[in-house]
Amino acid sequence: MSSEASAVRGAEAGDDPIISVRDLHKWYSGVHALQGIDLDIQRGESLGLIGDNGAGKSTLINILSGVYPPSSGTIVFDGRPVRIRSPKEATRLGIETIYQYNSVVPSMSIARNLFISREPLRWSIGGFGLIDTKRMHAEATRALSDVGLHLRSPDAVVSELSGGQRQGVAIARAMHFKSKVLILDEPTNHLSVKETNKVISFVRGLKSQGVTGIFISHNIQHVMQSCDRVVAMARGKIVADCRVADVTMDELVSHL
Amino acid sequence: MKALFKRSLQNTEIPGLVLLVVLVVLFSVFSNGIFVSTENLRGILGLLPEIGIVAIGVAILMIAGEFDLSVGSTFGLVPMVMVVFMSHGWGFAPAFGVAMLIGIGIGLVNAFVTLRLGIPSFITTLGMLFMMRSLTVVISGGFPPQIPSDVPRWLFTDYFGPGNFLRASFVWLVIIAICASLMLSRSNFGNWIKASGGQVAAAAALGVPVMRVKTICFAGCALLAGFAGVIQSLRLNSVMSSTGDGMELQAVAASVIGGVSLVGGIGTVFSAIIGALLIRVIDNGLVLTRTDPNWFKFAVGALIVFAVVANSWLQRLGKSVRVAG
Repeated sequence: MSSEASAVRGAEAGDDPIISVRDLHKWYSGVHALQGIDLDIQRGESLGLIGDNGAGKSTLINILSGVYPPSSGTIVFDGRPVRIRSPKEATRLGIETIYQYNSVVPSMSIARNLFISREPLRWSIGGFGLIDTKRMHAEATRALSDVGLHLRSPDAVVSELSGGQRQGVAIARAMHFKSKVLILDEPTNHLSVKETNKVISFVRGLKSQGVTGIFISHNIQHVMQSCDRVVAMARGKIVADCRVADVTMDELVSHL
Repeated sequence: MKALFKRSLQNTEIPGLVLLVVLVVLFSVFSNGIFVSTENLRGILGLLPEIGIVAIGVAILMIAGEFDLSVGSTFGLVPMVMVVFMSHGWGFAPAFGVAMLIGIGIGLVNAFVTLRLGIPSFITTLGMLFMMRSLTVVISGGFPPQIPSDVPRWLFTDYFGPGNFLRASFVWLVIIAICASLMLSRSNFGNWIKASGGQVAAAAALGVPVMRVKTICFAGCALLAGFAGVIQSLRLNSVMSSTGDGMELQAVAASVIGGVSLVGGIGTVFSAIIGALLIRVIDNGLVLTRTDPNWFKFAVGALIVFAVVANSWLQRLGKSVRVAG
């Protein structure tokens, strides 16, 4: 399956896709939101996904992160055909998604946020157990410093952090759990310039850790600053797919 | 030091605790010390478990982001079911067991209607409040059946300990409070409850089984309400069709006064118990200080508003305290 998949787009660079999507369709109550998407995402690449509202970016991402099933089509992940039935299954495969607003729970501490649904346990019965707070605290401290996020204490409540720091916490979580693919949904929305630069540098840092990044944004400039390759979508189809080095912003805009 | 100051400002249990101390002092002074007499404390602690146990369930459900207004009716229906079965010749244990299962069932219906049919739990449980109250009246057949004399009261309401200071129900309160508190603050399930109530979309995206978590909270809340209803019925030696009337609002009040957030995600088991204790203290203190007892509801109302205002003010103040590093 994987050899067949890579044969289709064998001419392209990299040629070691971590995700291969073929002929993906999605209908929502009469709307044809994805109309036959073919896409290979190479291992370690950072891919920008741009397009207007309703272009199908979110639908594609929601399918990859297990929120909705596709209506038809195949997904090959890390060489194996997969059906991603739930967000939990996506994270188990190594696909972590950071949503625009919902990446963290503001009323909880940083440490607890990092380990939601993956708490280190002292003991457990049938999946329920006592949290190993000491280990959680120590691992949280390390996870934060690994992404260069220097915060007072992992016990601080997330509602006290700035928007950029919250994205940082979500990214630290993905890195800590050794995600293979990190999907960022509009991570720079509503952030100040300084914070935006921080997030962009996080995204650039993914590459050095061998993580594949998918960066969804309608800000083409941010995508071009942080990605190797950019895919543009419009009306449920891919309308452009090029390396950032080979394209100008105006050319990209003309596709949308 | 500053960090500690900041943390205690933002601790939502503080306003309730301070109020408790202030009221205890005031009532003691104005009742010439009768308020803190052994006999009076025995009375307060004897009644506390009933509202306390209900408040624990309501608080945990509120932290999970849902409401239960039907606890008062469950508090009446569950012991009524038990007594009706016993009047048909059932023993205590099977009648108690079936009644508890019905309590869980009420919680599951609340959960199903709210979560699967997508209705606010406020509405679902408001409807259930009326329906379960009506059922209580219907199955009682209009007048309350007697509770047989051979029920194991020692297990629920008899006094024990030095000077017969405590009721058995107080032990139940302590056991339930400790288990619930450990569950909420130290277990992974507690983490999921807080995440589900704090930001449901994030919790779901991170793989928390939100539906299951909330369903368990609904069922647990109704179970605790029914259990507390059984305790009260055994203490009073009767179930009336009005048993538990108004209990739902007292339980919500106790949680809110203790610092549980109405929008979910924030609160502790301890805070619900402080809130419940405050309500018992006011009820009792007003009588002892010979205040017109009709002021009871006024005092509880004022307390709710005061506690919430104080809490949000302290949160803001705490936020403005900058901690270096």
